[in-house]
Amino acid sequence: MDFSVVIEYFPRLLQGAWVSLQLVAISIVLGGAFALPIALARISPVGWIRAIPFAYIFFFRGTPLLVQIFLVYYGASQFDAVRESVFWPILKEPFWCAIIAFTLNTSAYTAEIFRGAIQAIPQGEVEACKVVGMSKFQMYRRILLPRAFGIVLPAYGNEIILMLKGSALASTITILDLTGMSRTIIARTYTPMEIFLAAGGIYLVISIVIIAIFRQIELRQNRYLGTLSIKVPDKG
Amino acid sequence: MIDLHGFGDQLLQGAVVTLELALSSLFVGLILGLLGASAKLSSVKVFRWIAHGYTTIIRGIPELLTVLIIYFGATSVLMSIAGLFGYEEYIEVGAFAAGVTALGLTFGAYATEVFRGALQSIPKGQHEAAIALGMGPVRKFYRIILPQVWRIALPGLGNLFLVLLKDTALVSVVGLDDIMRKANIAVSSTKEAFLFYLVAAFMYLALTIISMAFVSYMEKRASRGLTRG
Repeated sequence: MDFSVVIEYFPRLLQGAWVSLQLVAISIVLGGAFALPIALARISPVGWIRAIPFAYIFFFRGTPLLVQIFLVYYGASQFDAVRESVFWPILKEPFWCAIIAFTLNTSAYTAEIFRGAIQAIPQGEVEACKVVGMSKFQMYRRILLPRAFGIVLPAYGNEIILMLKGSALASTITILDLTGMSRTIIARTYTPMEIFLAAGGIYLVISIVIIAIFRQIELRQNRYLGTLSIKVPDKG
Repeated sequence: MIDLHGFGDQLLQGAVVTLELALSSLFVGLILGLLGASAKLSSVKVFRWIAHGYTTIIRGIPELLTVLIIYFGATSVLMSIAGLFGYEEYIEVGAFAAGVTALGLTFGAYATEVFRGALQSIPKGQHEAAIALGMGPVRKFYRIILPQVWRIALPGLGNLFLVLLKDTALVSVVGLDDIMRKANIAVSSTKEAFLFYLVAAFMYLALTIISMAFVSYMEKRASRGLTRG
Protein backbone atom coordinates (compact mmCIF):
# COMPACT_ATOMS: atom_id res chain seq x y z
CA MET A 1 0.00 0.00 0.00
CA ASP A 2 1.13 3.47 -0.85
CA PHE A 3 -0.02 6.13 1.57
CA SER A 4 1.37 9.08 -0.36
CA VAL A 5 -2.04 9.43 -2.07
CA VAL A 6 -3.53 10.01 1.35
CA ILE A 7 -1.20 12.95 1.95
CA GLU A 8 -1.87 14.29 -1.52
CA TYR A 9 -5.64 14.15 -1.14
CA PHE A 10 -5.85 14.91 2.58
CA PRO A 11 -7.20 18.46 2.07
CA ARG A 12 -10.01 17.04 -0.09
CA LEU A 13 -10.83 14.47 2.61
CA LEU A 14 -11.02 17.25 5.18
CA GLN A 15 -13.40 19.13 2.87
CA GLY A 16 -15.57 16.03 2.84
CA ALA A 17 -15.34 15.73 6.62
CA TRP A 18 -16.54 19.33 6.91
CA VAL A 19 -19.64 18.46 4.82
CA SER A 20 -20.25 15.41 7.06
CA LEU A 21 -20.03 17.60 10.16
CA GLN A 22 -22.49 20.10 8.69
CA LEU A 23 -24.94 17.31 7.90
CA VAL A 24 -24.67 15.93 11.43
CA ALA A 25 -24.87 19.30 13.18
CA ILE A 26 -27.91 20.57 11.27
CA SER A 27 -29.77 17.25 11.54
CA ILE A 28 -29.05 16.89 15.24
CA VAL A 29 -30.24 20.42 16.07
CA LEU A 30 -33.42 20.15 13.96
CA GLY A 31 -34.01 16.55 15.07
CA GLY A 32 -33.65 17.49 18.73
CA ALA A 33 -36.15 20.33 18.28
CA PHE A 34 -38.71 17.98 16.68
CA ALA A 35 -38.04 15.23 19.18
CA LEU A 36 -39.26 17.14 22.22
CA PRO A 37 -42.90 17.62 21.08
CA ILE A 38 -42.90 14.05 19.73
CA ALA A 39 -41.70 12.71 23.09
CA LEU A 40 -44.25 14.78 25.00
CA ALA A 41 -47.05 13.56 22.72
CA ARG A 42 -45.79 10.01 23.17
CA ILE A 43 -46.45 10.15 26.93
CA SER A 44 -49.77 11.95 26.59
CA PRO A 45 -52.61 10.46 28.64
CA VAL A 46 -54.88 10.69 25.57
CA GLY A 47 -54.81 7.46 23.56
CA TRP A 48 -54.99 8.78 20.00
CA ILE A 49 -52.38 11.48 20.67
CA ARG A 50 -50.02 8.73 21.79
CA ALA A 51 -50.74 6.64 18.70
CA ILE A 52 -49.42 9.17 16.15
CA PRO A 53 -45.88 9.52 17.54
CA PHE A 54 -45.85 5.78 18.19
CA ALA A 55 -46.46 5.05 14.49
CA TYR A 56 -43.96 7.73 13.45
CA ILE A 57 -41.25 6.38 15.74
CA PHE A 58 -41.98 2.79 14.73
CA PHE A 59 -41.67 3.58 11.03
CA PHE A 60 -38.43 5.55 11.28
CA ARG A 61 -36.76 3.15 13.71
CA GLY A 62 -37.95 0.04 11.88
CA THR A 63 -36.78 0.88 8.37
CA PRO A 64 -33.23 1.40 7.05
CA LEU A 65 -31.95 4.97 6.84
CA LEU A 66 -30.99 4.24 3.23
CA VAL A 67 -34.64 3.63 2.31
CA GLN A 68 -35.63 6.86 4.05
CA ILE A 69 -33.05 8.88 2.12
CA PHE A 70 -34.16 7.38 -1.19
CA LEU A 71 -37.81 8.00 -0.31
CA VAL A 72 -37.09 11.69 0.19
CA TYR A 73 -34.60 12.20 -2.64
CA TYR A 74 -36.02 10.00 -5.42
CA GLY A 75 -39.52 9.41 -4.04
CA ALA A 76 -40.64 13.01 -3.60
CA SER A 77 -39.63 14.03 -7.12
CA GLN A 78 -41.95 11.38 -8.58
CA PHE A 79 -44.93 13.64 -7.99
CA ASP A 80 -45.62 16.61 -10.27
CA ALA A 81 -47.30 18.36 -7.38
CA VAL A 82 -43.99 18.34 -5.51
CA ARG A 83 -42.00 19.47 -8.54
CA GLU A 84 -44.30 22.46 -9.02
CA SER A 85 -44.51 23.37 -5.35
CA VAL A 86 -42.55 26.06 -3.53
CA PHE A 87 -40.54 23.33 -1.80
CA TRP A 88 -38.95 22.13 -5.04
CA PRO A 89 -35.86 24.37 -4.82
CA ILE A 90 -35.11 22.62 -1.51
CA LEU A 91 -36.20 19.10 -2.47
CA LYS A 92 -34.10 19.01 -5.64
CA GLU A 93 -30.91 19.63 -3.64
CA PRO A 94 -29.36 16.36 -2.43
CA PHE A 95 -27.91 18.16 0.60
CA TRP A 96 -31.31 19.27 1.88
CA CYS A 97 -32.89 15.91 1.09
CA ALA A 98 -30.24 14.28 3.25
CA ILE A 99 -30.92 16.83 6.00
CA ILE A 100 -34.67 16.09 5.83
CA ALA A 101 -34.17 12.30 5.97
CA PHE A 102 -31.57 12.50 8.77
CA THR A 103 -33.72 14.93 10.77
CA LEU A 104 -36.81 12.73 10.56
CA ASN A 105 -34.73 9.67 11.44
CA THR A 106 -32.84 11.14 14.37
CA SER A 107 -35.93 12.84 15.77
CA ALA A 108 -37.61 9.43 16.10
CA TYR A 109 -34.64 7.97 17.99
CA THR A 110 -34.15 11.10 20.09
CA ALA A 111 -37.85 11.23 21.00
CA GLU A 112 -37.55 7.75 22.50
CA ILE A 113 -34.46 8.83 24.46
CA PHE A 114 -36.29 11.92 25.78
CA ARG A 115 -39.35 9.86 26.69
CA GLY A 116 -37.22 7.38 28.60
CA ALA A 117 -35.52 10.21 30.48
CA ILE A 118 -38.74 12.00 31.39
CA GLN A 119 -40.25 8.74 32.62
CA ALA A 120 -37.10 7.94 34.59
CA ILE A 121 -37.64 10.95 36.86
CA PRO A 122 -38.98 9.71 40.20
CA GLN A 123 -42.71 10.24 40.71
CA GLY A 124 -41.96 11.99 44.00
CA GLU A 125 -40.40 14.94 42.17
CA VAL A 126 -43.52 15.36 40.04
CA GLU A 127 -45.63 15.27 43.21
CA ALA A 128 -43.34 17.78 44.90
CA CYS A 129 -43.84 20.18 41.97
CA LYS A 130 -47.59 19.89 42.34
CA VAL A 131 -47.41 20.41 46.08
CA VAL A 132 -45.52 23.69 45.75
CA GLY A 133 -48.19 24.79 43.29
CA MET A 134 -46.31 24.78 39.99
CA SER A 135 -48.30 24.81 36.78
CA LYS A 136 -47.64 22.01 34.32
CA PHE A 137 -45.53 24.31 32.14
CA GLN A 138 -43.44 25.47 35.12
CA MET A 139 -42.98 21.90 36.24
CA TYR A 140 -41.58 20.88 32.85
CA ARG A 141 -39.47 23.99 32.35
CA ARG A 142 -37.99 24.16 35.85
CA ILE A 143 -37.79 20.58 37.05
CA LEU A 144 -38.55 17.81 34.57
CA LEU A 145 -36.72 18.99 31.45
CA PRO A 146 -33.47 20.05 33.18
CA ARG A 147 -33.50 16.75 35.07
CA ALA A 148 -34.24 14.84 31.88
CA PHE A 149 -31.40 16.66 30.13
CA GLY A 150 -28.92 15.31 32.65
CA ILE A 151 -30.27 11.78 32.36
CA VAL A 152 -30.39 11.96 28.59
CA LEU A 153 -26.79 12.97 27.96
CA PRO A 154 -25.04 9.58 27.62
CA ALA A 155 -27.71 8.20 25.29
CA TYR A 156 -27.80 11.45 23.33
CA GLY A 157 -24.05 11.33 22.82
CA ASN A 158 -24.48 7.84 21.40
CA GLU A 159 -27.20 9.07 19.08
CA ILE A 160 -24.87 11.75 17.70
CA ILE A 161 -22.22 9.10 17.01
CA LEU A 162 -24.86 6.98 15.24
CA MET A 163 -25.88 10.04 13.21
CA LEU A 164 -22.24 10.66 12.27
CA LYS A 165 -22.00 7.09 11.02
CA GLY A 166 -25.37 7.35 9.30
CA SER A 167 -24.25 10.52 7.52
CA ALA A 168 -22.00 8.33 5.35
CA LEU A 169 -25.19 7.33 3.53
CA ALA A 170 -25.40 10.86 2.11
CA SER A 171 -22.75 9.68 -0.34
CA THR A 172 -25.38 7.47 -2.01
CA ILE A 173 -27.26 10.54 -3.24
CA THR A 174 -24.21 12.20 -4.78
CA ILE A 175 -23.23 14.32 -1.77
CA LEU A 176 -19.49 14.78 -1.37
CA ASP A 177 -19.32 14.09 2.34
CA LEU A 178 -16.31 12.26 3.76
CA THR A 179 -17.41 8.93 2.26
CA GLY A 180 -18.60 10.50 -1.00
CA MET A 181 -15.34 12.43 -1.36
CA SER A 182 -13.37 9.23 -0.74
CA ARG A 183 -15.26 7.43 -3.47
CA THR A 184 -14.65 10.30 -5.89
CA ILE A 185 -10.93 10.29 -5.12
CA ILE A 186 -10.79 6.50 -5.51
CA ALA A 187 -12.50 6.70 -8.90
CA ARG A 188 -9.51 8.80 -9.99
CA THR A 189 -6.63 7.10 -8.17
CA TYR A 190 -7.76 3.44 -7.91
CA THR A 191 -6.43 3.20 -4.35
CA PRO A 192 -9.51 2.09 -2.39
CA MET A 193 -7.75 0.70 0.68
CA GLU A 194 -5.54 3.71 1.38
CA ILE A 195 -8.27 6.33 0.96
CA PHE A 196 -11.02 4.37 2.73
CA LEU A 197 -8.74 3.61 5.68
CA ALA A 198 -7.79 7.29 5.90
CA ALA A 199 -11.49 8.22 5.84
CA GLY A 200 -12.14 5.63 8.55
CA GLY A 201 -9.39 7.21 10.63
CA ILE A 202 -10.98 10.66 10.29
CA TYR A 203 -14.40 9.30 11.32
CA LEU A 204 -12.76 7.64 14.31
CA VAL A 205 -11.11 10.89 15.40
CA ILE A 206 -14.40 12.79 15.09
CA SER A 207 -16.25 10.18 17.20
CA ILE A 208 -13.56 10.25 19.87
CA VAL A 209 -13.79 14.06 20.04
CA ILE A 210 -17.60 13.90 20.34
CA ILE A 211 -17.34 11.32 23.12
CA ALA A 212 -14.82 13.50 25.00
CA ILE A 213 -17.02 16.61 24.66
CA PHE A 214 -20.04 14.73 25.97
CA ARG A 215 -18.13 13.41 28.93
CA GLN A 216 -17.31 17.01 29.88
CA ILE A 217 -20.91 18.20 29.46
CA GLU A 218 -22.09 15.23 31.50
CA LEU A 219 -19.77 16.08 34.38
CA ARG A 220 -20.97 19.68 34.26
CA GLN A 221 -24.68 18.93 33.97
CA ASN A 222 -24.65 16.37 36.76
CA ARG A 223 -22.33 18.36 39.04
CA TYR A 224 -25.13 18.86 41.62
CA LEU A 225 -24.87 15.14 42.28
CA GLY A 226 -21.66 15.97 44.14
CA THR A 227 -18.02 15.42 43.39
CA LEU A 228 -17.99 12.18 45.33
CA SER A 229 -20.17 10.39 42.80
CA ILE A 230 -17.83 11.09 39.88
CA LYS A 231 -16.00 7.84 39.46
CA VAL A 232 -12.50 7.66 38.10
CA PRO A 233 -12.69 5.08 35.32
CA ASP A 234 -10.67 1.92 35.79
CA LYS A 235 -7.55 1.37 33.79
CA GLY A 236 -7.97 -0.30 30.42
CA MET B 1 -50.73 -2.19 -7.65
CA ILE B 2 -50.69 -5.64 -6.09
CA ASP B 3 -48.26 -7.19 -8.56
CA LEU B 4 -46.26 -3.94 -8.57
CA HIS B 5 -45.78 -3.88 -12.35
CA GLY B 6 -44.51 -7.44 -12.14
CA PHE B 7 -41.79 -6.57 -9.63
CA GLY B 8 -43.54 -8.17 -6.64
CA ASP B 9 -41.75 -11.50 -7.09
CA GLN B 10 -38.43 -9.76 -7.52
CA LEU B 11 -38.87 -7.90 -4.25
CA LEU B 12 -39.76 -11.13 -2.44
CA GLN B 13 -36.61 -12.76 -3.83
CA GLY B 14 -34.74 -9.75 -2.52
CA ALA B 15 -36.31 -10.28 0.91
CA VAL B 16 -34.97 -13.85 0.93
CA VAL B 17 -31.45 -12.57 0.17
CA THR B 18 -31.78 -9.89 2.87
CA LEU B 19 -32.82 -12.53 5.40
CA GLU B 20 -29.99 -14.90 4.38
CA LEU B 21 -27.49 -12.08 4.73
CA ALA B 22 -28.87 -11.05 8.13
CA LEU B 23 -28.84 -14.59 9.54
CA SER B 24 -25.34 -15.41 8.21
CA SER B 25 -23.98 -12.15 9.65
CA LEU B 26 -25.74 -12.90 12.94
CA PHE B 27 -23.98 -16.26 13.12
CA VAL B 28 -20.56 -14.75 12.42
CA GLY B 29 -21.28 -11.83 14.74
CA LEU B 30 -22.33 -14.01 17.69
CA ILE B 31 -19.11 -15.99 17.49
CA LEU B 32 -17.02 -12.82 17.21
CA GLY B 33 -18.96 -11.32 20.11
CA LEU B 34 -18.32 -14.28 22.40
CA LEU B 35 -14.65 -14.33 21.41
CA GLY B 36 -14.39 -10.58 21.89
CA ALA B 37 -16.03 -10.69 25.32
CA SER B 38 -13.78 -13.56 26.44
CA ALA B 39 -10.76 -11.61 25.20
CA LYS B 40 -11.86 -8.44 27.03
CA LEU B 41 -12.18 -10.39 30.29
CA SER B 42 -9.01 -12.37 29.66
CA SER B 43 -6.06 -12.11 32.03
CA VAL B 44 -3.75 -11.85 29.03
CA LYS B 45 -3.05 -8.19 28.30
CA VAL B 46 -2.55 -8.63 24.54
CA PHE B 47 -5.99 -10.20 24.12
CA ARG B 48 -7.58 -7.30 26.00
CA TRP B 49 -5.79 -4.79 23.76
CA ILE B 50 -6.84 -6.57 20.58
CA ALA B 51 -10.47 -6.75 21.69
CA HIS B 52 -10.44 -3.13 22.79
CA GLY B 53 -8.95 -2.00 19.48
CA TYR B 54 -11.46 -4.08 17.53
CA THR B 55 -14.54 -2.68 19.28
CA THR B 56 -13.27 0.92 19.24
CA ILE B 57 -12.42 0.92 15.56
CA ILE B 58 -15.52 -0.89 14.31
CA ARG B 59 -17.88 1.17 16.44
CA GLY B 60 -16.29 4.45 15.35
CA ILE B 61 -16.43 3.83 11.60
CA PRO B 62 -19.63 4.10 9.54
CA GLU B 63 -21.08 0.71 8.59
CA LEU B 64 -21.19 1.79 4.96
CA LEU B 65 -17.45 2.45 5.04
CA THR B 66 -16.83 -0.95 6.64
CA VAL B 67 -18.78 -2.59 3.83
CA LEU B 68 -16.80 -0.64 1.20
CA ILE B 69 -13.45 -1.36 2.86
CA ILE B 70 -14.17 -5.08 3.06
CA TYR B 71 -15.60 -5.26 -0.45
CA PHE B 72 -12.73 -3.44 -2.16
CA GLY B 73 -10.07 -4.36 0.35
CA ALA B 74 -10.71 -8.10 0.60
CA THR B 75 -9.93 -8.54 -3.08
CA SER B 76 -6.54 -6.85 -2.86
CA VAL B 77 -5.67 -8.50 0.47
CA LEU B 78 -6.61 -11.97 -0.80
CA MET B 79 -4.77 -11.40 -4.05
CA SER B 80 -1.58 -10.32 -2.31
CA ILE B 81 -1.78 -13.37 -0.03
CA ALA B 82 -2.43 -15.61 -3.03
CA GLY B 83 0.45 -13.89 -4.80
CA LEU B 84 2.80 -15.13 -2.08
CA PHE B 85 1.84 -18.64 -3.08
CA GLY B 86 2.39 -17.90 -6.74
CA TYR B 87 -1.30 -17.59 -7.66
CA GLU B 88 -1.71 -14.64 -10.03
CA GLU B 89 -5.31 -14.99 -11.26
CA TYR B 90 -7.87 -12.33 -10.36
CA ILE B 91 -9.81 -13.21 -7.21
CA GLU B 92 -13.16 -11.59 -6.78
CA VAL B 93 -14.89 -11.36 -3.42
CA GLY B 94 -18.64 -11.43 -3.90
CA ALA B 95 -20.98 -8.85 -2.44
CA PHE B 96 -22.58 -11.47 -0.20
CA ALA B 97 -19.30 -12.65 1.33
CA ALA B 98 -18.14 -9.07 1.81
CA GLY B 99 -21.50 -8.20 3.37
CA VAL B 100 -21.40 -11.11 5.81
CA THR B 101 -17.86 -10.18 6.82
CA ALA B 102 -18.58 -6.47 7.27
CA LEU B 103 -21.91 -6.87 9.06
CA GLY B 104 -20.61 -9.79 11.12
CA LEU B 105 -17.65 -7.66 12.26
CA THR B 106 -20.01 -4.81 13.15
CA PHE B 107 -22.46 -7.04 15.03
CA GLY B 108 -19.57 -8.75 16.80
CA ALA B 109 -18.15 -5.45 18.08
CA TYR B 110 -21.42 -4.41 19.67
CA ALA B 111 -22.19 -7.95 20.84
CA THR B 112 -18.81 -8.03 22.60
CA GLU B 113 -20.07 -5.37 25.02
CA VAL B 114 -23.38 -7.16 25.53
CA PHE B 115 -21.70 -10.50 26.24
CA ARG B 116 -19.10 -8.89 28.46
CA GLY B 117 -21.80 -7.37 30.65
CA ALA B 118 -23.65 -10.68 30.79
CA LEU B 119 -20.52 -12.71 31.60
CA GLN B 120 -19.62 -10.32 34.41
CA SER B 121 -23.08 -10.60 35.92
CA ILE B 122 -22.78 -14.36 36.51
CA PRO B 123 -22.12 -14.76 40.27
CA LYS B 124 -18.78 -16.22 41.22
CA GLY B 125 -20.58 -18.97 43.14
CA GLN B 126 -21.87 -20.44 39.88
CA HIS B 127 -18.29 -20.90 38.66
CA GLU B 128 -17.24 -22.37 41.98
CA ALA B 129 -20.22 -24.73 42.12
CA ALA B 130 -19.46 -26.03 38.64
CA ILE B 131 -15.82 -26.61 39.54
CA ALA B 132 -16.88 -28.30 42.79
CA LEU B 133 -19.01 -30.71 40.76
CA GLY B 134 -15.88 -31.61 38.84
CA MET B 135 -16.73 -29.96 35.53
CA GLY B 136 -13.91 -29.03 33.20
CA PRO B 137 -13.72 -25.52 31.75
CA VAL B 138 -15.47 -26.43 28.48
CA ARG B 139 -18.33 -28.28 30.14
CA LYS B 140 -18.68 -25.54 32.74
CA PHE B 141 -18.96 -22.99 29.98
CA TYR B 142 -21.64 -24.62 27.88
CA ARG B 143 -23.68 -26.23 30.65
CA ILE B 144 -23.62 -23.58 33.36
CA ILE B 145 -22.31 -20.25 32.09
CA LEU B 146 -23.61 -20.02 28.52
CA PRO B 147 -27.31 -20.73 29.29
CA GLN B 148 -27.29 -17.98 31.92
CA VAL B 149 -25.31 -15.53 29.77
CA TRP B 150 -27.71 -16.22 26.92
CA ARG B 151 -30.72 -15.25 29.02
CA ILE B 152 -29.14 -12.00 30.19
CA ALA B 153 -27.71 -11.09 26.78
CA LEU B 154 -30.83 -11.86 24.69
CA PRO B 155 -32.62 -8.48 24.96
CA GLY B 156 -29.42 -6.65 23.98
CA LEU B 157 -28.68 -9.08 21.16
CA GLY B 158 -32.27 -8.75 19.92
CA ASN B 159 -31.82 -4.99 19.60
CA LEU B 160 -28.55 -5.51 17.78
CA PHE B 161 -30.23 -7.89 15.38
CA LEU B 162 -32.83 -5.25 14.51
CA VAL B 163 -29.97 -2.84 13.75
CA LEU B 164 -28.24 -5.53 11.69
CA LEU B 165 -31.41 -6.18 9.71
CA LYS B 166 -31.52 -2.53 8.67
CA ASP B 167 -27.80 -2.39 7.96
CA THR B 168 -28.19 -5.17 5.37
CA ALA B 169 -29.60 -2.48 3.06
CA LEU B 170 -26.06 -1.03 2.84
CA VAL B 171 -24.77 -4.09 1.02
CA SER B 172 -27.00 -3.16 -1.93
CA VAL B 173 -24.49 -0.36 -2.55
CA VAL B 174 -21.89 -2.94 -3.61
CA GLY B 175 -24.41 -4.78 -5.74
CA LEU B 176 -26.04 -7.48 -3.64
CA ASP B 177 -29.53 -8.31 -4.95
CA ASP B 178 -31.38 -7.64 -1.70
CA ILE B 179 -34.69 -5.83 -1.19
CA MET B 180 -33.04 -2.46 -1.65
CA ARG B 181 -31.36 -3.24 -4.96
CA LYS B 182 -34.44 -4.95 -6.34
CA ALA B 183 -36.33 -1.77 -5.45
CA ASN B 184 -33.65 0.32 -7.23
CA ILE B 185 -34.02 -1.84 -10.34
CA ALA B 186 -37.80 -1.52 -10.24
CA VAL B 187 -37.52 2.25 -9.85
CA SER B 188 -35.17 2.66 -12.77
CA SER B 189 -37.56 0.87 -15.11
CA THR B 190 -40.90 2.19 -13.82
CA LYS B 191 -39.88 5.66 -12.50
CA GLU B 192 -42.19 5.15 -9.54
CA ALA B 193 -39.64 5.79 -6.84
CA PHE B 194 -42.01 6.68 -4.02
CA LEU B 195 -44.10 3.54 -4.48
CA PHE B 196 -41.21 1.09 -4.58
CA TYR B 197 -39.17 2.61 -1.78
CA LEU B 198 -42.29 2.71 0.37
CA VAL B 199 -42.95 -0.96 -0.40
CA ALA B 200 -39.31 -1.72 0.46
CA ALA B 201 -39.71 0.22 3.71
CA PHE B 202 -42.76 -1.83 4.67
CA MET B 203 -40.95 -5.06 3.83
CA TYR B 204 -38.17 -4.11 6.26
CA LEU B 205 -40.84 -3.15 8.77
CA ALA B 206 -42.47 -6.56 8.38
CA LEU B 207 -39.11 -8.31 8.88
CA THR B 208 -38.54 -6.15 11.96
CA ILE B 209 -41.92 -7.10 13.44
CA ILE B 210 -41.32 -10.80 12.80
CA SER B 211 -37.85 -10.58 14.38
CA MET B 212 -39.25 -8.76 17.42
CA ALA B 213 -41.85 -11.48 17.92
CA PHE B 214 -39.20 -14.16 17.57
CA VAL B 215 -36.84 -12.46 20.01
CA SER B 216 -39.58 -12.13 22.62
CA TYR B 217 -40.42 -15.84 22.18
CA MET B 218 -36.73 -16.68 22.66
CA GLU B 219 -36.57 -14.48 25.74
CA LYS B 220 -39.51 -16.32 27.28
CA ARG B 221 -37.91 -19.64 26.41
CA ALA B 222 -34.54 -18.66 27.84
CA SER B 223 -36.11 -17.56 31.12
CA ARG B 224 -38.28 -20.63 31.56
CA GLY B 225 -35.96 -21.90 34.30
CA LEU B 226 -36.58 -18.77 36.33
CA THR B 227 -40.33 -19.05 36.83
CA ARG B 228 -39.97 -22.32 38.73
CA GLY B 229 -37.59 -20.90 41.30
